[in-house]
Amino acid sequence: MQTTPFHPRTSAHSTSYSWKEWAGYAAPCSYASHTEAEFFALRSTAGLLDVTPLYKYDVRGPDAGTFLARIWTRDISKIGVGRVVYSAMCDEAGHMLDDGTVARIGEQHYRCTSSEPWYAWFLQHSRGFDVQIEDTTDSICGLALQGPRARDVLKGITAFDMDRMRFFRIRATTIAGVPVWVSRTGYTGDLGFEIFCENTHALALWDALLEAGAPHGMIPIGLNALDVARIEAGFVLQGVDYISAKTCLVDALKSTPDDAGLGWTVDLERGYFVGQAAIRAERKRGSVWDLVGLDISWEGLEELYSEYQIPPHLAPEACRSAVPLYKWDGEQVGQVTSTTWSPTVKRYIALAQVRRPHHLVGTELYVEHTPMFERRRVQAMVVDKPFFDPSRKRETPAAQPQLREE
Amino acid sequence: MGERYDAIVVGAGHNGLVCAAYLAKAGRKVLVLEKRHVVGGAACSEEIYPGFTYSVCSYVVSLLRPQIIRDLDLPRFGLSVLPLESTFTPYPDGRSMMRSADPAATRREIAAFSARDADTYPIFGKAMGQLARFAKPIIDEKAPDPMSWKPAELMQLLKMGKRFRDLGDDLSLLQYKLTTMSAVDFLSEWFETDELIAPMACSGIIGTMLGVKSPGTAYVLLHHYMGEIDGSSRAWGFARGGTGAISMAIARSAEHFGAEIRTNAGVDHIKVSGGEATGVVLEDGTELDAKIVVSCAEPRLTFLGLVGEKELPDEFVTQLKRYKLRGSSGKVNLALDRFPDFACRPGTGPHMRGDISIAPSTDYLERAYDDAKYGEFSKKPFLNIVFPSLLDPDMSPEGKHVMSIFVQYAPYHIKEGPSHWPEKREAFGDAVIDTLAEYCPTLKDSILHRQVLTPWDLEVEFGLTEGNIFHGELSLEQLLFQRPAAGWAQYKTPIRSLWLCGSGAHPGGGVMGAPGQLAAKDILMGGAC
Repeated sequence: MQTTPFHPRTSAHSTSYSWKEWAGYAAPCSYASHTEAEFFALRSTAGLLDVTPLYKYDVRGPDAGTFLARIWTRDISKIGVGRVVYSAMCDEAGHMLDDGTVARIGEQHYRCTSSEPWYAWFLQHSRGFDVQIEDTTDSICGLALQGPRARDVLKGITAFDMDRMRFFRIRATTIAGVPVWVSRTGYTGDLGFEIFCENTHALALWDALLEAGAPHGMIPIGLNALDVARIEAGFVLQGVDYISAKTCLVDALKSTPDDAGLGWTVDLERGYFVGQAAIRAERKRGSVWDLVGLDISWEGLEELYSEYQIPPHLAPEACRSAVPLYKWDGEQVGQVTSTTWSPTVKRYIALAQVRRPHHLVGTELYVEHTPMFERRRVQAMVVDKPFFDPSRKRETPAAQPQLREE
Repeated sequence: MGERYDAIVVGAGHNGLVCAAYLAKAGRKVLVLEKRHVVGGAACSEEIYPGFTYSVCSYVVSLLRPQIIRDLDLPRFGLSVLPLESTFTPYPDGRSMMRSADPAATRREIAAFSARDADTYPIFGKAMGQLARFAKPIIDEKAPDPMSWKPAELMQLLKMGKRFRDLGDDLSLLQYKLTTMSAVDFLSEWFETDELIAPMACSGIIGTMLGVKSPGTAYVLLHHYMGEIDGSSRAWGFARGGTGAISMAIARSAEHFGAEIRTNAGVDHIKVSGGEATGVVLEDGTELDAKIVVSCAEPRLTFLGLVGEKELPDEFVTQLKRYKLRGSSGKVNLALDRFPDFACRPGTGPHMRGDISIAPSTDYLERAYDDAKYGEFSKKPFLNIVFPSLLDPDMSPEGKHVMSIFVQYAPYHIKEGPSHWPEKREAFGDAVIDTLAEYCPTLKDSILHRQVLTPWDLEVEFGLTEGNIFHGELSLEQLLFQRPAAGWAQYKTPIRSLWLCGSGAHPGGGVMGAPGQLAAKDILMGGAC
């Protein structure tokens, strides 16, 4: 397996030797034998996560914006320099291929991140456009700095005043002399930043952040802590909460943006983009699925487990194995795709694919649960996402009121 | 006639706020009155020294009921509980022991003292966890009335009996021992290492005027294991922003549901007419009327201080006067300009990110109690320490720290008389610092500010009668249907329309919120307002 340019530092920091594969790279699950401290760093101080394995594509040229608008569901041609958007990407049948971010880092320069490789897909759709596409996955490295203290960590070391950095913005600056791009984005649903630089500067960036972060209680975190945080934030994960049409063999398992709860990322009324006609047709008939948040009843779990004379026993980490979801009469109406105990909101929460009309907030459903290896069901309720949404995520201390945006 | 409320809650302690929030959530017009300038009562955070936030009194949270967190949506209103990562005990000979969430690491730490105890430790934890499961419903339900023939009361007793029977013979016997033995005797049946028994036994004496070798102290050990089964993996935590942040979150939730909270509004007395509470009179003379008055204040203060003996039945007054308060602990809060390393294990590793006990041996603890028995504070006290600033950097300026030190024994009834405590305050503080300096040689040089709270201060400033942190000892004879008085353990009082909702009511003290929630439930079920 490949290692990221941060590996000399991350491997030295790991005491658990717990790694897993992420897009061909070795990525830490957690640095210590248990994840708790890393998770709580994300929610109370700050956590530093190596996100180098994200696929990254730099698109340059006079047609870069209109080209990207053609393959992403958001109208990328409309975004200004220094802005970042989260978007879905579909095939011609309107099925989700991936989700990711697109940042406009220059007048004619964009950078996309994704969970799957799309170089060929980009090339294939760039015919007739004046663009250059560069796969920067292996040449640019990244760190996510997430948590309530993230801004304070950066304040002393970035050339740019972080108090003015707004939600979903990106800018080029320097950290300890290293040229970096800092974007106010992340996968934790909290205040946070993602910082990218050329691979050659990786260790200098890591060292500068660790030094600046120490007084703020910042620690390196692994993917286990991230997985709990992203479920609390209600963020879907490709391959878990929906399956990319690129790899999915069965049409019934493919999801449209509306099916995946990402309908809000579709700018439908504009010029052609891949999947537009199919999505328009689906909107006419109505989509079949929705991706919802579930609050699994703790009282229900206690009652269920008490039949076995044991307290509720839940996995200490987020669970990605899908389990069936039923309505009151036993008919299966969907599947739970990600489940976790939320240490932040003290609830047992889940993301689930639910057949409409059982997706409405307040609907009572039943999740399969298997205490003592027996198939049982426990009550759950459809609730609003995100489960945890602190105001600090969007707030900008020095934002001028007239410039503040949603 | 003043304004008319459905309910007036006296005291914005965390239980009063919980009760108010539930009543407001049910649509009642609720007013909370607080004597101090901040809400929280003994669960408060204050910036006593600039830049440093102290959890002035209560400093850790274990049993805050998860259903309250969910019902009142407390995370949305700012509640964030960080788990304490370890329990660390340094010994005077330079050795030390850290028990943490990592079972293999804990096993190695204990094995350095006794390989046998290292293996027994998780088995003990399992047995206690099973007993805690038996005990847990007790803190989530109102106390049953054993004298009543009402079907609901009988059902509850039956359910409790069934749970006890379901424990099986071995565990039933263990439960019996737990309720009768001393903490040290009970633990000695399991463990051979005094260095392990001593810090474990301490949870049996906190807030109590008893020693680790006094019968009946084993029971409280169970509380330690109850938090484990609330769906979180760890029992003890520290609230981000200090313990006051818990109260603030509950207050914001209560206000969100429509409750009104007034600080700097001390209640002079509760108005009683014809045996019924009709409202309150504030210290400034303002009269406020309500259908019911709910007191979060300690029971003796509520009845003898705010109602008055002449309104109460003799038998009830007798019981109140017998109710054991006799506070036994104090608190020292320090602002430090750098981290004071423990000589036996320097640095700010995981061993400093939990609670630290100065409890090197059972004899040490018993001697500390000996001083207290004869009316003196312990020259070498039991200390329980946390460094909140290590878990939450917002508590102190960068690179600096706050240190919270719980101290026992500091008996309210010193031989000179409780009112002489202010003269002894600094000597008491010195004894604490001297004790600690034996383990942290650089401590004295790093102190920027010191706040010393004696039981007298806790009574005067926080209304904790006799300085008892639990509003009455958590000894067995003062629990369940005896709390605070036989016949009056279900939040109702001999004064109609006057209710109790504080730690002096079932199930007792600690930042649990259970008395507040259970009182609100009973008030609403009975249609009292």
